[in-house]
Amino acid sequence: MPALSDITSKIRESAKKLLADGRAEVVIGYRQGTVPLTTSPFFARSAADCDQLVWSNFSRINLANYLPGRPGKVALVAKGCDARSAIGQVTENQILKDNLYIIGVPCTGMIDTNLVVAKETRPIKEVVESTDDAITVKGEGFSTDIKKTDVLRRNCQTCANRTPKLADELIGAETPGAAPDDFSDIKALLAKTPAERMAYFKDLIKDCLRCYACRNACPLCYCPICFVDETRPQWLGKSNDPMDTLTFHLLRGLHCSGRCTSCGACETACPVNIKVREFNRVTELTVQNNWNYEAGLNWDQKPPLTMFQTDDPADFIK
Amino acid sequence: MSDFEPKIVAFFCNWCTYGAADLAGVSRLDYPPNFRVVRLPCTGRLNPKFIMEAFKRGADGVWISGCHPGDCHYIAGNYHARRKFVLMHQLLESIGVEPNRLRFSWISSAEANKFQAMARDVVENVKACGPNTTFRKEDLKLGLAEVA
Repeated sequence: MPALSDITSKIRESAKKLLADGRAEVVIGYRQGTVPLTTSPFFARSAADCDQLVWSNFSRINLANYLPGRPGKVALVAKGCDARSAIGQVTENQILKDNLYIIGVPCTGMIDTNLVVAKETRPIKEVVESTDDAITVKGEGFSTDIKKTDVLRRNCQTCANRTPKLADELIGAETPGAAPDDFSDIKALLAKTPAERMAYFKDLIKDCLRCYACRNACPLCYCPICFVDETRPQWLGKSNDPMDTLTFHLLRGLHCSGRCTSCGACETACPVNIKVREFNRVTELTVQNNWNYEAGLNWDQKPPLTMFQTDDPADFIK
Repeated sequence: MSDFEPKIVAFFCNWCTYGAADLAGVSRLDYPPNFRVVRLPCTGRLNPKFIMEAFKRGADGVWISGCHPGDCHYIAGNYHARRKFVLMHQLLESIGVEPNRLRFSWISSAEANKFQAMARDVVENVKACGPNTTFRKEDLKLGLAEVA
C-alpha cells in the first residue's frame, strides 16, 4: 500500500491525463475539507483544478452519488464500495458505461470521525496522516497518535471488496479485503421476541430528525421524486412522528435492497449518528440468503428485483 | 380481549383472490367480516407503501393474496411480487411486527373453500395478536390531504 501522498499525486497525474486526452470532461474526486477530519467532493475540470484533488483517510463520501443522469464523459475517483455503486448505476441505466471512467483506489478503510473525537475529546485543529496505519491529531498543546484500526468505520471493518477490481485503472496495488459481514448481530436480534425487536429499532431511530441526509448522501437514491416528498397522496407526514420516521427508514431499506454496497455514506452523513444501515443490512441479509446476490460485482448482473425464477423460495406464502 | 374485533386491510388481486371472494359470497360460504378489501389489478401492483400506510393508520393486520405462481393474468406479475413479498415479510418481521399480522396467500378464483378457510385463519390469528398498538400512529387525525 503506497503512502497517501503517493496516491494523491497519482490521482492528480491520472486526472490531468484524462482531462488532456478528452477521456473525461470532469474528474469527480475529493479535496481537503475546510475543517480537520473531513474531505469535500470536488469537480476538477482543468489541470489547475486537479492539483486540489487529494486522497486521505477521510474520503468517506460516496462520489457515485453525482453520476446518475450526468451528461458527458466523467471520471470518478472511487474506493471499492464507490466503484460498486457506480457499476450498479450502470446496470440500472443511470449512466452509460462508455461515459464513465473509474479511477479505482484500493482502500484500507476510512476513519470514523466520531470514534476519533471520542478518543481525543480536546478540539482537534490538525491531522497528520504520515503513516498507513496511524494518524496523528494535533491541537492546542497536544499531539495524539491514533491507530487506524481502532477508528475504522463500522462498514469498513467488514469490507471484503476494498479493491475496485473492475475499475478502468488502479492507483497502487490491490489491498486485501477484511472478513465479510457475517450479520451475527442481526441474526442474534432475530432470535429475540417481536416486542424486543420493535423496541430495538424504535430506539435506534429515536433521535432521527428526518433531515434526509442519509437519502441525499446515498448513491442509490436518485428518484426524481422521493416517496417522502410525494404529496398526492402523501405517504409520510411532515412532522417527526415516530411512525412516519420508522416508515421512512423501512421504505428506504426496501428501496435499497439488493443495491446497497455498504459504503456507509448514509451513516457518515447522519448528523445524529444513527446506525441507519441496520435496515439495509436486514434487507441485504434477505437478498443474500434468498437470491445469493451482491450489488456491483460485475457489469452485466441484473438487480434481483428486476428478475425472478419460477421456483423462487417463498414458503411463508400459503 | 375476547370481544376484540380486529380491522384487517386485505389487498386482493382482481383476477384470482377477488374472484374467490366473489365465489365464496355467491356460494353462501360463511367467513368473518373483519377485513376491508382493496382490489388490485395484480399483486405486482402492491407497493410496500400500502402495507405501511394500512398499519400506520391503525390496521391490526394486513392480508395480501393473489394468483398462484404461474397463473398470473399478466404472465409474470406475481413472480415479481413474490420477490418483493419476501423482502417486505422479512423486513417487517425483523423489525418486530408479529408474524401473524402480515399474511400472504395464493388463492385462485375457483378456490372459494380455501378463501373461506384462509379468511377465518387470518382473522383468528390477528385476533390472537390483539390490537395493534406498537406499529401505528398514535394520533390518527386525518391530514389535509384527506380533506382536499
